[in-house]
Amino acid sequence: MMKVLSADHAVAWGVRLAKAEVIPAFPITPQTLIIELLSEFIFDGDMDAEFIPADSEHSAMSIAVGASAGGVRTFTATSSQGLALMHEMLYASPQNRLPVVMANVNRSLGAAAGIWLEHNDSMAARDSGWMQCYVEDNQEALDMTLQAYKVAEDPRVMMPLMICLDGFVLSHTVDGVDVPEQAKVDDFLPRFRPLYSLDPADPKVINPIVPPDYAMEMRYQLDRIMESSRQAIKEVDSAFAKRFGRGYGGLFEAYRMDDAEYALLSLGTATSTARAAVDELREEGKRAGLIKLRFMRPFPHDELLAACKDLKALGVFDRSLSFNRYGPVFTEVRNSLHELSLPITDHVGGLGGRDLTLGHMREIFANIERSAKGEKVRTCSWYGLRGEQE
Amino acid sequence: MSEKELAIIRDIPNNDWFVSGHGACPGCGMTIAVKNIMRIIGNNSTVYVPASCLIVVSAVYPTSSFRTPLFFTAFENTGAVTTGIKAAYRRLGKDATVVGIAGDGGTFDIGLQALSGAAERGEDVLYVCVDNEAYMNTGIQRSGSTPFGAWTTTTPVGKKTKGKRQMKKDMMDLVIGHNVEYAATLSIAHYNDFVKKVDKAKRKSGFRFLHVLTPCVPGWKTESAKTVEIAKLAVETGMWTLFEYEDGEARATYRPKQLLPVTDYLQLQGRFRHMPSEDIKVLQRWVCNKYYWHFGHEAEQPACAMFKGEPEMHFDGDPLHGV
Repeated sequence: MMKVLSADHAVAWGVRLAKAEVIPAFPITPQTLIIELLSEFIFDGDMDAEFIPADSEHSAMSIAVGASAGGVRTFTATSSQGLALMHEMLYASPQNRLPVVMANVNRSLGAAAGIWLEHNDSMAARDSGWMQCYVEDNQEALDMTLQAYKVAEDPRVMMPLMICLDGFVLSHTVDGVDVPEQAKVDDFLPRFRPLYSLDPADPKVINPIVPPDYAMEMRYQLDRIMESSRQAIKEVDSAFAKRFGRGYGGLFEAYRMDDAEYALLSLGTATSTARAAVDELREEGKRAGLIKLRFMRPFPHDELLAACKDLKALGVFDRSLSFNRYGPVFTEVRNSLHELSLPITDHVGGLGGRDLTLGHMREIFANIERSAKGEKVRTCSWYGLRGEQE
Repeated sequence: MSEKELAIIRDIPNNDWFVSGHGACPGCGMTIAVKNIMRIIGNNSTVYVPASCLIVVSAVYPTSSFRTPLFFTAFENTGAVTTGIKAAYRRLGKDATVVGIAGDGGTFDIGLQALSGAAERGEDVLYVCVDNEAYMNTGIQRSGSTPFGAWTTTTPVGKKTKGKRQMKKDMMDLVIGHNVEYAATLSIAHYNDFVKKVDKAKRKSGFRFLHVLTPCVPGWKTESAKTVEIAKLAVETGMWTLFEYEDGEARATYRPKQLLPVTDYLQLQGRFRHMPSEDIKVLQRWVCNKYYWHFGHEAEQPACAMFKGEPEMHFDGDPLHGV
């Protein structure tokens, strides 16, 4: 059924269709639309779940972790400062194999305070062991919520997944969204009952203190699981496409990449702007391409290498910074592609909610084109910045 | 519940769900409390323990001293994680008691917010605070529960300042402020009282809080054989008051006939050895105020005679203010 929904509401619909059972949450802009709609669903009796108004995001994630260890499907949502407050608790679920699903509505974190879009909240959590996926539009926000549970609860994976969506640009923007039928979703995503949980009938300890004799093997195991989750992500996306007629390419989507000479790798809503730029460039006869990175974790090292091997230059879009010259996505990409003799450049824009226009995207592509021709360009350029760059 | 209500020490079931082999110090008051609480609660239960001595002594992979399910994640979230486990059990139709056992740091200080959230929401969990009056697991640092005057590694006996300058936080008062289902203080030296309260807490549903004073041999600098004796003196001197809150009313469950002077309790513990007489007087005054607050003024206590006619103590952070 087609509905006009904001991306936040699309996520809430996804959670409703996924039949999450315990939903702890704490309000923060621009995430709040998600938990408001979920509370409405539950208070109206349209959704059979427990909504738990937590005293903080730290407690919200603690409740989610407790409920997941107790053996039910859980959901929570947050943004920015809230994600930072629950940072400690992010680390409780991966190693304990608790498939919590959370939506993080990206918003700038920390001083130079604002409520507007930046990726510096979720990027700071990329080493926590959570899978991390960035979506481009409202439909993908709903579809990814369903896919997220399917991936996270896959017996080969059993890891938490964070769905990241751009604050305001996506979260509060309405669009037509196809809301799938409940029966079809039930068939795709049956009720979740884990193999192991806290059960008085079968007592076990989850998360004891682990001495050095064992901890390193556990870390290795976790790293291997994250690595193998790539396969589950691809399979789930294919299965979803078969069932619902919409696929997203798995770990990333290659757009007009077949004969591309140079390309940009982007994530989130910037991809839509980049798509328009690529279409314009193609009309002008230029062989520009686009890679829409969907998963920051697991990072598609090998797949990206294969996709970029024939390029003459690659640019990377970053909506946050490591304050060490480069953005985090650039660092990951260059790390994966180090064996290609390919000029790779970083392109930073849209920080703190600054508009990212088609004009900026054209500038980005122009710089990548120059580097494809062998010209020397800045390794990291900023767009939409007032004043001169050093 | 059809089982017989427990009334005296002999009624404690002798099935242990917290078993020996753990790494606690000889004479640890906390493990005595946990072992007996678990005997009464039984095995249709799931235990959450935050960062504390208890998790470190009882669950180092691949062993556990708990024979019930046990979970641990962090320090400050006992109220929240127990909420989540219980919510899952409601969904699954499991009628098990979810117990959180946190220390005083994890309850009074860093865990206060999550505890307040759970209490305000009326979560159906049993929260136990095992109170050894400092951060013992990290090496005896002062907490909001440390009593006035006590030495800890962060309230040392210095040339200028000697021991903690603030009073113990009134945790029961804060919990009761949430209008909880049940709250009670326990002593490991008063077992008939202990048994009744734990059994009552187990039978009720809603937010239940048990607060047990657990003497700590290395932290209090005491002899390991004197743990129970010290717990008993805490009650007899009024440093620890046995009462319960139920149906909106607080009720004393044990009343010392005649308060022993606070020095009887202090002198067995190295953490108070340095206390000058004026500090001891401040602590005695605090005890007397607490006693009269609980039991009324009709039974005048000889240990408190020196404060007769003085106004009530309103402690505002300055130990000499209002004394």
